[in-house]
Amino acid sequence: MWEYTEKVMDHFRNPRNVGVIEDADGVGEVGSMACGDALTLYIKVDPEGRIKDAKFQTFGCASAIASSSALTELIIGKTVDEALKITNQDIADYLGGLPEQKMHCSVMGREALLAAIANYKGQSRESLASPLVCECFGVTEDEIERAVRENRLTTREQVTHYTKAGGGCGSCHERIEAILAKLRREVDVAIAAPTKKLTNLQKMRLVEETIERQIRPELQKDGGDIQLVDLEGNRVMVSLRGVCKGCPSAGITIKGIEQRLKDMVSQDLVVEEVAS
Amino acid sequence: MKFVYMDNNATTRVDPLVMEEMLPFFTEAYGNPSSMHLMGAMAQKAVSEAREKVAELLNAHPDEIVFTGCGTESDNAAIRGILEAWPEKRHLVTTRVEHPAVWNQIPYLRQKGYQVTELRVDREGRLDLEHLRSSLSDDTALVSIMFANNETGVVFPLDEIAQIVKARGIPLHTDAVQAVGKIQIDLAKLPVDLLSMSGHKIHAPKGIGVLYIRRGTRIAPFMIGGHQEKGRRGGTENVPYIVGLGKAAELSLKELTREPLRLGVLRDKLEQGILERIPRVLVNGKGTRRLPNTLSCCFEYVEGESLLLLLSDLGICASSGSACTSGSLEPSHVLRAMGVPYTAAHGSIRFSLGRFNTEEEVDFVLENLPGIVERLRAISPFWKSRGEG
Repeated sequence: MWEYTEKVMDHFRNPRNVGVIEDADGVGEVGSMACGDALTLYIKVDPEGRIKDAKFQTFGCASAIASSSALTELIIGKTVDEALKITNQDIADYLGGLPEQKMHCSVMGREALLAAIANYKGQSRESLASPLVCECFGVTEDEIERAVRENRLTTREQVTHYTKAGGGCGSCHERIEAILAKLRREVDVAIAAPTKKLTNLQKMRLVEETIERQIRPELQKDGGDIQLVDLEGNRVMVSLRGVCKGCPSAGITIKGIEQRLKDMVSQDLVVEEVAS
Repeated sequence: MKFVYMDNNATTRVDPLVMEEMLPFFTEAYGNPSSMHLMGAMAQKAVSEAREKVAELLNAHPDEIVFTGCGTESDNAAIRGILEAWPEKRHLVTTRVEHPAVWNQIPYLRQKGYQVTELRVDREGRLDLEHLRSSLSDDTALVSIMFANNETGVVFPLDEIAQIVKARGIPLHTDAVQAVGKIQIDLAKLPVDLLSMSGHKIHAPKGIGVLYIRRGTRIAPFMIGGHQEKGRRGGTENVPYIVGLGKAAELSLKELTREPLRLGVLRDKLEQGILERIPRVLVNGKGTRRLPNTLSCCFEYVEGESLLLLLSDLGICASSGSACTSGSLEPSHVLRAMGVPYTAAHGSIRFSLGRFNTEEEVDFVLENLPGIVERLRAISPFWKSRGEG
């Protein structure tokens, strides 16, 4: 059984913005029924270049439906240029995370968005064409490179989890390895950057900053709050407030906070909930 | 939540009578069957009685029953034990639709230099017996063919298969994990040499299995240690679980004349009801002999995991051969081997009934399933354009 977050299950059970926009300004279609998931995204853009409305239709598993629903919520109200900056990780984060084997669902959302915007801008599919790497799932070189860069992927298994490429007959494994080798330095630098040895003071500042800028706004959106109580070595002590306090999913929330801090500050951090 | 458990091919509820039988062997009669005292004798007697009950279910001799940890262990032990006993023979025959316990051994064996023939099945899941006949050679060490398929319930004609294989004097193994307790198996009449079964598919707990080894079969030991199980599988016997399996075998045998009929009626009602209420459904293996409890069907234009999770919201437990439920990206190898189109294979659902299912539960599924399928089809980009919605 997959461990889906409550937010994934909510967007799966009650998907937002399902449907078709008949007079859409941009339509993006990705995936196919043979691949096991497919998404059609419709966007309506106002004269100022702002996405006024978005609707989707999805064939796929719970995380595919939830990722599509989250995507529409993320892009409505944003300008096209702002929307272009949304990464698959943003979609996954919006849902409180996805199992790694399901990250390709968030990538599918991102690809549909790019396709819809390209369609809106009048770019033809051909002008975007990039060589096909995985024939089983129709994944191009560009799509794989984008996923590798944005998610700092280092192994072929990860590429399959994120893009599906290489998950079928396996004949493209060498080409995927070649792409990984080509981007290896770039990814290594990106991975090394936030994990370089921090002084205690730097660590403290970075933890504080991550909580203030990233974690607190998300909790507040759900009516909760967080306070940093203390930092001892790698033990980050926080107290949860508002509806987060005593919430049965507080344990999940703490895990999510810990993962975020690990990603942003140091893999060694452990988060504990304490009374304030 | 009230559960409607229709996933009995995955595992079954431990029968309360089985549980009751097991309990004393944890805290009262907890001796080691090898010990020379009364406590040891009690355990030894219990293991012997359980062995007799399992033998009776299969119509075999008690000394042909070897207790193992699970069905997968039995399959591994059978295949590797035979190959090791016949080191000069380098060819194995099996099918494209085996359970992973056998199927995933194929790449491993090929790597070791074995030649492996995977027999074809047709659109209904029927085995190509001509392919079997033509694949056998003097180099064939073993034929391993499942009794009944875990996903579709399709039953292979083991009697015909045995005639073909035994005419060439080749050892024959069958993974009967899904068949035992659901259909009659008479090993006095059916000349297979090795048969795997599992406790938790017949209302015993998980963690106990059996490998039947016909008298006179040459096989290497598969767990080297003490003298237990005649030296074939060393290690102290799992007495409470063996006792549980014995009781489960006794209950299965008692029910074997009527229960399959009852399950068949329920399954047919479920199948008919689905076909009447929901358009664009394919039943896998419909045209051939199937286990009476199993219904595998594909709902076109929807994806299996989504269906399972919405069913689960109502307490209905089933399973799927879709890619998304397994963590792989390809749908079930069984459905692909049958040539089920990918577009349908992703929407496959398996309902497998068992001892505790009732007609009311079948009605409950029939009331709720059409709405769930409709809901998912409504958000699918393919339904309006290609379906008849």
